[in-house]
Amino acid sequence: MSKIKVEACVSVASDTDIVNARRQGRALADHIGFSSSEATLIATAISELARNIVHYARDGEILVGMVNGDSCPGISITARDSGPGIPELKRVMLEGFSTSGGMGLGLPGVRRIMDEFNIESQVGKGTTVTAIKWKR
Amino acid sequence: MAVPILKQSHYLIATIQAALTDADLVELRDALVARVGKFRSRGVIVDVTALDVLDSFASRTLRDIACMIRLRGAETVIVGIQPEVAFTMVQMGITLEDVPTVLDLEEGLAHLERKSRH
Repeated sequence: MSKIKVEACVSVASDTDIVNARRQGRALADHIGFSSSEATLIATAISELARNIVHYARDGEILVGMVNGDSCPGISITARDSGPGIPELKRVMLEGFSTSGGMGLGLPGVRRIMDEFNIESQVGKGTTVTAIKWKR
Repeated sequence: MAVPILKQSHYLIATIQAALTDADLVELRDALVARVGKFRSRGVIVDVTALDVLDSFASRTLRDIACMIRLRGAETVIVGIQPEVAFTMVQMGITLEDVPTVLDLEEGLAHLERKSRH
């Protein structure tokens, strides 16, 4: 993966931080030149990842940055926390699976709308999700 | 209250004016469910024209509002979902299930008029 140039780092510990994180993500998406629809996708992905942090880990951070692909630029989103980690990583990535009474659409939805998606989680240590959307 | 709720004859109109936090959405849900009884309203319009993100939590809360309002004996209609928001919801697989959605406030009022005549 190409080198990520971090443009903004947002601490996430409350639901107002979720709104702030997605606002910063949209601003960067607009700056890179994504269409309005793609910027909405990106903002929504950030919203889901930030909510997971608040809900499961209580606090963490969202980093949004620019990344250069082979032929086009992109936006990268990193959501990381030092929370409890995800013991059932495979099941969490299945649509409809939720431990919180939600729809279970969060992580699978983010994976579907972004071009690249990676999740690393260690029980007791935390979770890091990295996702990239290329500007085609 | 982050979202003003107007009473117009038999209906309540909640117009979301800016990005809402999760707590604001839950507050809106509870306020609508209470006021539909207080004002004996027959219908509720939630105007989401100003919402630039409708993620899984917001969608679920809108569904909960419609379901709870129905249990109270009134109808809910969501108006003003923006094209970009509709695009994202489809891409993510988010649905509002059986909650009626129409283009704008005018269509929302017409929808509730039709509903209350039957």
